[in-house]
Amino acid sequence: MKLAVCVKRVPDSEARIKIGADGSAIDGSGVKFVLNPYDEYAVEEALKLKEAAGAGEVVVISVGPDAAQETIRTALAMGADRGVLLRSETLPLDPLPVARALAAEVKDGSFDLVLFGKMAIDDSSHAVGTMVAELLELPCVSAVAHLSVADGSGTAEREVEGGVEVVEFALPAVVTADKGLNEPRYPALRGIMMAKKKQLEVKDAGLEAGGLEVVSLSHPPERKAGRIVGEGAEAVPALIEALKNEAKVL
Amino acid sequence: MPDVLAILEQRGGTLKKVSHETLTAARHLADGLNGEVHALLIGAAGGSGDGLGTFGADKVLLAADEGLRDYQADRYAAVAASAGDYPVVVIAATALGKDLAPRVAARLGGALAADVTEVRYEDGIVVTRPVYAGKAIYTLKVTGSPCVLSVRPNAITPEQSEKAGTTEMMPVAAADPRAKTVEVKQPEKAALDVAEASVVVSGGRGLKEPENFGLLEDLAGALGAAVGASRAVVDAGWRPHAEQVGQTGKVVSPNLYVAVGISGAIQHLAGIRTAKTIVAINKDPDAPIFKVADYGIVGDLFEVVPKLTEEIRKVREG
Ligand SMILES: Cc1cc2nc3c(=O)[nH]c(=O)nc-3n(C[C@H](O)[C@H](O)[C@H](O)COP(=O)(O)OP(=O)(O)OC[C@H]3O[C@@H](n4cnc5c(N)ncnc54)[C@H](O)[C@@H]3O)c2cc1C
Ligand SMILES: Nc1ncnc2c1ncn2[C@@H]1O[C@H](COP(=O)(O)O)[C@@H](O)[C@H]1O
Repeated sequence: MKLAVCVKRVPDSEARIKIGADGSAIDGSGVKFVLNPYDEYAVEEALKLKEAAGAGEVVVISVGPDAAQETIRTALAMGADRGVLLRSETLPLDPLPVARALAAEVKDGSFDLVLFGKMAIDDSSHAVGTMVAELLELPCVSAVAHLSVADGSGTAEREVEGGVEVVEFALPAVVTADKGLNEPRYPALRGIMMAKKKQLEVKDAGLEAGGLEVVSLSHPPERKAGRIVGEGAEAVPALIEALKNEAKVL
Repeated sequence: MPDVLAILEQRGGTLKKVSHETLTAARHLADGLNGEVHALLIGAAGGSGDGLGTFGADKVLLAADEGLRDYQADRYAAVAASAGDYPVVVIAATALGKDLAPRVAARLGGALAADVTEVRYEDGIVVTRPVYAGKAIYTLKVTGSPCVLSVRPNAITPEQSEKAGTTEMMPVAAADPRAKTVEVKQPEKAALDVAEASVVVSGGRGLKEPENFGLLEDLAGALGAAVGASRAVVDAGWRPHAEQVGQTGKVVSPNLYVAVGISGAIQHLAGIRTAKTIVAINKDPDAPIFKVADYGIVGDLFEVVPKLTEEIRKVREG
C-alpha cells in the first residue's frame, strides 16, 4: 500500500507568540517548533495501514522552510520511509497555494491514500487536505476519528455537531485526521538513528502568493481583569448577583 | 454583479441559528459592494426560505433534493460552486462549513479566509482571524476574487435588515458523490453542542470521577447549557471527545462559560478566549483559570456547584 502524509512545521502549542518587528508575522526566534499534532495522527495511521497491508511505502511531504526537514525527520523517526520538502521560506495564509503545490507533488505518485491533519494548529485553516482532494478530484473525508480500509475502499467516521457521519469511499482517497483516530507512537532511539539515513529530497515549492494580504498581526485584546467574588458556597449569591446585574447573562 | 452568496445550514429541515450570522456578514459585504445577498439553502425537498428576507437576503435559492437531506460533501460542493458567478461566498465555520468552505474555494480557484471573527468592507473586504490558537490575530485584506469566507459561530451578532427574500428553486444535477455519507449516527441522548451553545459548563480533573459529571449536567440543565470538558478528562475516557474544549478540541464563543475544576492550561484557554463572560470555580486560588475569569469562586466544587444549581433554578423560576 502506498501512502503519502502531508505534514507541517508549527510552533509548539505551549509557545509564547511574539510579533515580529514589521508587525506582519511572528518572531520565530526562541520558539520551539514541532510536527503539527494532528499530523502525528495522520503519520501514525499511515504507518498502521502499511503494517496491516504487510508491504508498501509511507512518503512524508512538507511545504516549508529548510528547518522543516527536522519535522520530516520526526515523521521518518516514527517509521515513515522517505521525505520530500517543498521549500518555501514563507507560507501564504491563503491555503490554496500550498494545496496546489502538494496536489502537484502527490498527483503522479500513485498513492492509495493521502493523509493530512484536520488542521494546522498555527493557521487553523482546516483546509489544505480537503483542497488537495478537490484539486485532484479524489474522494475525501475530513476530521476523521475512525477509519477502516480494505479491498480498495474505506469507511470513515467524522464527528459533527450532535452526531457522527459515516462516510464510504473508494481508493485512492484523501483523509484528514482528527484527535482520537489513534495513539501516535513516540520515535524510538533506533528510529531516530535510522531516520538520519532515510532519503529526504528537497526542491523549491514555487508557491503563488494567494489572495490574502496581511494588514497587521497583533495580540488579542487582554481580557479585562476579573475578580474573585468570594470563597466557597457562601459566595454563590454574590456570583448570581454579578451574572444577573453586571454581566447580564442570566 | 457583485452579489454575495451566503450558504446557509439546516439540519432535519430546520434552519440553524448560525445562518442568521452568516446572512448578517454577507449583508455587510453586499452593502459595501453595492450588490445583493443570495442565500443558498441546500437540503431535502420541502425546505423553506421563509423569514430569510428579514435578515437581509434579497433572494433565496433552494437546492432541494432527497439525496441532499444529510450533508453530502461532494454534492453540496457541486451545488454551491454552480450557484452562479459570485465574487464572495460566506459560510459558517461549523463542522459542515469547515468541510465545505475549502471545497468550494478549491472548485472556484479562490482564496479562503477561514474561521474569521470579523468581516467588514473598507475599500475592499477586510477580515480578522485568530491564529496560533488565539494568541495572535491577523487583520487581512482579501485581494483574491472569487473568495470564500468561513465565519466563526457566535462571533457576529445577527442584525435584521428587511429585504425581499424572494424564493427561487435551483436545479440540482443528479450526481454520484465520490464519497458518500451513508449514515448519521445520533447520540443516545441528544446533547447541545459546545460549539453552538450560548452557555457552556465545562468540567475538568477536579471532578475526581466520571460519575461526578452528574453535578455539571444538573447545572447545565438549570442554565440550558451544553456540557464541555478539559482534555484531561476526555483522555481519561470520562467524557466524549465531542465535548473537549481547547486547542485540540472545540473553540467556543458562548455568552457564558463556566469552568469547574479546570486549572486553565494554555491549550484549554485557547478554546475560550472569545467567550463573553467566564466564571471559574476552583479550590486553588492560584489556578491560571482565575487570570482569565471575569468572576471566580475559590472553593470546593462539590459544595459550590450544587448551591449554584439551586440558586440558578430559583432565578429561572422566579
Ligand atoms: C498539544 C496539546 C494540546 C492540548 N489540547 C488541549 C485542549 O484542547 N483542551 C484542554 O483542556 N487541554 C488540552 N491540553 C492539555 C492541557 O495542557 C492540560 O493538561 C489540561 O487542560 C488539564 O486539564 P484539567 O484542567 O482538567 O486538569 P488539571 O490541570 O489537573 O486541573 C484540575 C483542577 O481542578 C482543581 N480541583 C481539584 N479538586 C477540586 C475541587 N474539589 N474543587 C474545585 N477545584 C478542584 C485543581 O485545583 C486544578 O486546578 C493539551 C496539551 C497539549 C500538549
Ligand atoms: N505547509 C504545509 N506542508 C505540508 N502539509 C501542510 C502544510 N500546511 C498544511 N498542511 C496539511 O494540511 C493540514 C491542514 O492544514 P490547514 O489547512 O493549514 O489547517 C495539516 O494538518 C497538514 O496535514
